Amino acid sequence: MDVELLEIRQHMGRFPPFEGLSDDLLDEVAGQVEVAYFKAGSDVLTLDQEVHDFCYIRSGAVEVYRRGGELYNRLGEGDIFGHFSLLRNRRARFPAKAMEDTLIYFIPEAVFYQLCEADEHFADFVEVERPRLESTVEEHKKQNDMMITRVRKLVSRYPVMVEASTTVQEAARLISDYQASAVLVLDAPGDNPRYTFRDSEGRAWQVKGILTDSDFRTRVVAEGRPADTPVGEVIAHQLIAVQSDESVHEAMLCMLRNNIHHLPVMHRRSPVGIVHLSDIIRYETQSSLYLVSNIFHQSSSEGLARLTPDVNAAFVRLVEEGADSRMIGVALSTIGRSLSRRLLELAEAELGPPPVPYCLMALGSMARNEQSIVTDQDNALVLSDDFDPEQHDDYFLALATRLSDGLAACGYAYCKGDIMATNPRWRQPLAVWKRYFREWIQEPTPERLLHSSIFFDLDTVFGDNPLVEQLQDLVAELAPRHPRFLASMARNALGRTPPLGFFRTFVMEKDGKHNNSINLKRRGTAPMVDLIRVHALACGSRAQNSFERLEDIDRTQLLAPGVSDRLRYALEFLSMSRIRHQVIDLQHELAPDNNIEPENVSDTERHNLKDAFQVLSNAQKFLKFRYPMPSRSR
Amino acid sequence: MRLPRGRRPPAVPGWPEYLAKRATLAQDPLLARFFATGMPGPETPIGEAPMVALDMETTGLDERRHAIVSIGLVPFTLGRIHLAERRYWVLRPPRPLNAQSVTFHHITHSDIAGAPDLNEILEELLAAIAGRLMVVHYRHIERPFLEAAVKARRGEGLMCPVIDTMSLEARWHRQSLLARFKRWIGRPPASIRLYDSRARYGLPVYSGHHALIDALATAELLQAQVATHFTPETPVGELWS
Repeated sequence: MDVELLEIRQHMGRFPPFEGLSDDLLDEVAGQVEVAYFKAGSDVLTLDQEVHDFCYIRSGAVEVYRRGGELYNRLGEGDIFGHFSLLRNRRARFPAKAMEDTLIYFIPEAVFYQLCEADEHFADFVEVERPRLESTVEEHKKQNDMMITRVRKLVSRYPVMVEASTTVQEAARLISDYQASAVLVLDAPGDNPRYTFRDSEGRAWQVKGILTDSDFRTRVVAEGRPADTPVGEVIAHQLIAVQSDESVHEAMLCMLRNNIHHLPVMHRRSPVGIVHLSDIIRYETQSSLYLVSNIFHQSSSEGLARLTPDVNAAFVRLVEEGADSRMIGVALSTIGRSLSRRLLELAEAELGPPPVPYCLMALGSMARNEQSIVTDQDNALVLSDDFDPEQHDDYFLALATRLSDGLAACGYAYCKGDIMATNPRWRQPLAVWKRYFREWIQEPTPERLLHSSIFFDLDTVFGDNPLVEQLQDLVAELAPRHPRFLASMARNALGRTPPLGFFRTFVMEKDGKHNNSINLKRRGTAPMVDLIRVHALACGSRAQNSFERLEDIDRTQLLAPGVSDRLRYALEFLSMSRIRHQVIDLQHELAPDNNIEPENVSDTERHNLKDAFQVLSNAQKFLKFRYPMPSRSR
Repeated sequence: MRLPRGRRPPAVPGWPEYLAKRATLAQDPLLARFFATGMPGPETPIGEAPMVALDMETTGLDERRHAIVSIGLVPFTLGRIHLAERRYWVLRPPRPLNAQSVTFHHITHSDIAGAPDLNEILEELLAAIAGRLMVVHYRHIERPFLEAAVKARRGEGLMCPVIDTMSLEARWHRQSLLARFKRWIGRPPASIRLYDSRARYGLPVYSGHHALIDALATAELLQAQVATHFTPETPVGELWS
């Protein structure tokens, strides 16, 4: 490796798509760059200018414009631009201007093509034909395979690190403070460049060794060393570590071979964590299946409420195992349905059998099998037409109250819009429900549907299934024939729009304004689900799950070829992003929410989110055009 | 810092004449070829001048007592720095290293044990800089060291015009009226060291004291200085010294 290029390659190696390159390729790229400085306000690329390289922002910031002069993007350190032009006719498609004093590394086209050839991830990242969102989602699916699970998934936090001159006493205190079981020992760079890295302040260090709990016993106390012994004198001479992209299996073998219980995990040359044998053992234990069977063994609502931590743990584990959003959505909805069902069983046991047949109807995310960990309860009761309010409603009110309170105790918040079976309006016989749906569909206005769209995701949870199935049939039959209804639903689906993307630590809105955080449900998954619902209603689909709805939509000519795939990948990515950030919250013992803060978003994720927002934005434009409001005179 | 005395370069207007004279008088074939290649004249716009940024690490500051241990260079123009054409040599100094200099430039005894003498790479070095305007940060190191080292080996020196990014910085931060006023009211002068100067133009922090990285850093600094204080049409005669 060229030491002289370290400065350049280390910087590039931190950002996608270069972060995944092999060291050799990265050296090759670093050695070929051309550098240029641009004063704030000067043009980096002018429209239609001939280009023979693409741009990497080493420092500063750049604004990219569309042909018409509309702001397309703001890019900062580590971002690339201009590569689309190389794949096209080598003319700059989007002009770019320096917002701040900016240093650009130009990477020649020959290197660009070589990278596309040599590195699949790089090609996926820059390729227009196969958007990176798709490749990211596909990549995630590949990683789902347990055999190739990377050891980095077991790393839960950054390692505690001390300098070699630190005393053993100080190191022991740090280990206690951080509730760790080992520290990494650092020293000035020396004999082993494999473990030499730079910290955030640019200082070079070499990882010299590891000091574990048991080392204090065997190497310090048992040998009678004083408390002020420097840790550098105590550690073993040879450091055994694994790379973060090695498999869990490989890490386990490494521990066995060397008879060690702690294994430092490196990403390239930098330490990123320490894996303990118990992390691997924990990784191999039970799953959310076990949780569901446990729900049905509970004999009281208090018992069910005590399972809440297990629900969170199952959620975190699913994500860590690499499950996709559909698997997680189904698992959590199943847990929610099981809890509802068990609460009704317990209520029936107490109140006696129901006087007339009924069915508990799930609405919203539970009906779609897309529940996440942050959710409120949306449910309703569909009663047999033999229902007589005078005689029977006391029973069903009691039933609904037990359900609702029980769910609240399990962490499912009461519905703010009061869409719960405790509300008499949503505790009605089938005939009334049919009337509700007919009114919504045949005499719609956007205002009237604004709070009712949740009813168009509906599914049976427990009870007499045909009651809810009849309603599903009714909707599937009526909706496609009512353009005004579809137009009203479409208009409501446009009420929430995605942001343009991210810039540094801000969310950037389309008008160039900045925000500090973004509600990924409100600005991402919810509008996506809304627009998929409109198309699904238009084509008479009976599916409730958004991905299944997309499959039904695919059987029609409603969307241009490839569009539904893009929607699928965008929804998957948005959902997973939201889920991952909820896991981060749980791991930090914070209440999970739907917000993500740009500073917690990795560079790769940032790029992918931006792409997903773009897909959503385009799909919203199409929705407006596809379902126009028919004129009143009809 | 003690500045080297004597051997003052010829007065600024005299560079073309000086170079022409050297081209006819040079005895050494390498130097004759170097001076015959010529150099951008004083009227050349900076935007069109081929340049080469050069930096060296030395065992000390006095060219008569200390030696060059590494040279890094990177050819560039105002528009682009051509990193692919970079050159870097570790050199074996005729005098042994002392411990203090090792800590300064990180080049160790084992690095130089198998390294060539400057004489062995002189042809490559001259080929890389011939026809280009040399750009350095603080000319009172690079120029006298090159002059002395080449003279010791070939009997004649290597004197040529250079653009010194440090003295350009000094124009604004040491010699300007505002700078003098600030000094008069007791404000400490702005640092014109390479990495402090770069920070003023928003250029990134590089880890210093590697000749190639410092040469790259110098080339970037000149691009930034010209973008800020001059235009691509500025004649090089206004910039060199």
